Amino acid sequence: MSRVRLLVGTRKGAFVLTSDGKRDKWEISGPHFAGWEIYHIKGSPVEPDRLYASQTSGWFGQKIQRSNDGGKTWDAVGDKFVYEGQTGTHQWYDGTQHPWEFKRVWHLEPSLKDPDTVYAGVEDAALFLTRDGGQTWQEFPGLRSAKGNLWQPGAGGMGLHTIILDPSNPSRIFIAISAAGAFRTDDEGKTWKPINQGLKSAYELPDPTAEVGHCVHRIAMHPSRPGVLFMQKHWDVMRSDNAGDMWTEVSGDLPTDFGFPIDVHAHEPQTIYVVPIKSDSEHFPPDGKLRVYRSRTGGNEWQPLTKGLPQSDCYVNVLRDAMSVDSLQPCGVYFGTTGGQVYGSTDGGDSWTPIVRDLPAVLSVEAQTLP
Amino acid sequence: MIRVLLPTHLRTLACVDGEVQLEVPDPITLGSVLEAVENRFPVLRGSIRDHVTLRRRPFVRFFACQQDLSHEPPDMPLPQPVTSGVEPFLIVGAMAGG
Repeated sequence: MSRVRLLVGTRKGAFVLTSDGKRDKWEISGPHFAGWEIYHIKGSPVEPDRLYASQTSGWFGQKIQRSNDGGKTWDAVGDKFVYEGQTGTHQWYDGTQHPWEFKRVWHLEPSLKDPDTVYAGVEDAALFLTRDGGQTWQEFPGLRSAKGNLWQPGAGGMGLHTIILDPSNPSRIFIAISAAGAFRTDDEGKTWKPINQGLKSAYELPDPTAEVGHCVHRIAMHPSRPGVLFMQKHWDVMRSDNAGDMWTEVSGDLPTDFGFPIDVHAHEPQTIYVVPIKSDSEHFPPDGKLRVYRSRTGGNEWQPLTKGLPQSDCYVNVLRDAMSVDSLQPCGVYFGTTGGQVYGSTDGGDSWTPIVRDLPAVLSVEAQTLP
Repeated sequence: MIRVLLPTHLRTLACVDGEVQLEVPDPITLGSVLEAVENRFPVLRGSIRDHVTLRRRPFVRFFACQQDLSHEPPDMPLPQPVTSGVEPFLIVGAMAGG
């Protein structure tokens, strides 16, 4: 019988949650790397027991951990992230230009084909690659040439948080950066173009339709339809049917279109999930009700999913990397909250159960479906 | 023999318990002790000093003999009680406040 493993990064360590295919009883191991912020953990699609974790600390900097046994044991690998060539500058809070400075790794995206190849999205925004299992990392400096001098960090930092590898085209990668926008390469990372046409940021930017500067929170794609992208922007849920060349708003009847995560059902490429948050100044659900919204039409028409979720006095947030789906039948959907709960649904979102309630604030959740 | 006390998180990374003892060639300076620590435990590279600039990370402090040596240059000789092994050299995670 298949199994599911959830890789959970929190403010104070990593947790590994495992269950059989019924997904009703879970074993929890952790905290791994207790006391450290674990921004993200993800497994190789071709070798699922090969995991990579971003371990970071305001005191002691960045570490990358690698496991070859599904998270039972870990080894620190390379953590030297050095920008290539002339570092250059980006906009700073005071209007001056500021040099790029490495702070932390936000997201790790293992290759679709090779367990030793991993992409890392970092703050200050840049994309790095390892081909030797994390021992050494090299930057794609061409990304910073995509008007990087105009990027300006928001209050959450200028992190590269989304990396999507196109399964139908190895030369194509999509990435997204907080307060800079979405970008695409079609030549394996040598050159990049902003793909922000159609985004409108009336309250965040002086030019609401600027080429760069939009605060993209998350992008999701179904592997069977790599030209269709779904985006949760700071405000607005967006969709592109041409690989990001143009975006249209699909917020539709959502109660609020601010939020962080967005994900796609494993078997229904038109079914997407978001967690509406009241506003950018109040990072909690509207009316104290934690509701996942599902659209079965690729946006515009949304259905609240509330069964099993707290519907009063709930003021947690769900961060951008903290939602994931498994590929069992029916599809499992999972998300973690800043209150330390990890919720799971084994019926595509119709009902939810807390898998664990009292972890540290959850930063990321990744689901692995194991044989 | 130089005695070095690491903060908890760095002891965990380095897989050591308690104090670390290191042979450090003369002249024994702040910088040479840090280099010896990093050579013995390569996993600590980047966690005490920046990988490239070798500057102390902002929230790491160096103490010895009731003195704060955090702002001293790398070529500063360490106090005699440290170089003779009587006193430890302390690498400390700065207070978080709050």
